Amino acid sequence: MSIDKFLVEASHIMMFARSVGDDNPIYHDEEYAKGTGSGGIIAPPTFAQSSAQFDPDYFLRPKVGGEGWFGSGKEATGAKPSQESGGGGGGAAMGLHAEQHFEYHKPLKAGDVLTATSKPGNSWEKESKRAGKLKFSESVTEYRNQDGDLVITATGVGVQTERAVDS
Amino acid sequence: MLKENEIKVGDTHSATLVEDLKRTQIVQYAGASGDYNPLHTDEIFTTQIAGYPSVFAHGMLSMGLTGTMLTNYVGDGALKKYGVRFTNQVWPGDTLTGKATIIEIREEDGDKVVDLMIETTNQDNVAVITGNATAKIEA
Repeated sequence: MSIDKFLVEASHIMMFARSVGDDNPIYHDEEYAKGTGSGGIIAPPTFAQSSAQFDPDYFLRPKVGGEGWFGSGKEATGAKPSQESGGGGGGAAMGLHAEQHFEYHKPLKAGDVLTATSKPGNSWEKESKRAGKLKFSESVTEYRNQDGDLVITATGVGVQTERAVDS
Repeated sequence: MLKENEIKVGDTHSATLVEDLKRTQIVQYAGASGDYNPLHTDEIFTTQIAGYPSVFAHGMLSMGLTGTMLTNYVGDGALKKYGVRFTNQVWPGDTLTGKATIIEIREEDGDKVVDLMIETTNQDNVAVITGNATAKIEA
């Protein structure tokens, strides 16, 4: 996965913060945010995951005019998506999301324009009682800002299960 | 930001992250994050094709909710690291409680920092997230 332009915008931060139950004004109130040590609106700690919005190939989004979406319409479907993409901070696109780790090098601010590049990390297998054979794979994504500075390193671990996880 | 002279190893902070999680909040997260995996929003696909009893929350929604508790505790822009494992699924109707425990206070790259152990549990006291975080504190 690589993203050429991840625009970090205030309204997107506001919507993201709402969705994770966070009403901290530093995520939506420009005037308030200016008066804090951050000097402006910043992004919540897991916001980098929404870079998926800016990945043209992200496979967990129905494509405009595209085919092969695997969710239900008239039928329950299950059509396989044509192409798998590492996507977002990794992990979720490779089955279920097993782990996610963020390292913050600089504050992520509204107005930043990021690039993201991912590379595969380790992979391993494990047997589990709840879901059969588990195949884990790691993806490491580096987010850099408009000055070329490393802002966030995100490591996602995805797991492919043999069957649906027993709950 | 936390102040070194006001905290000690073993201190905890906990908060209710969500009560009776609604499917609509999962949809809200799908829209904001861009992860439209039907496992999270499409009950028909998830029950009939994927074989789960219902849709379930994105792991990243649980991590995001837990992150809200965390930044409310350590302050804005203080986090240096935040990592989790998703240990159990989160279902509509779940009530989640997040807890951070101070396990070490130390120095890193000239900053005073605190290491935290993170755990988020559901209404049955089953852990859905375990993890750790490191945050800057005021000396």
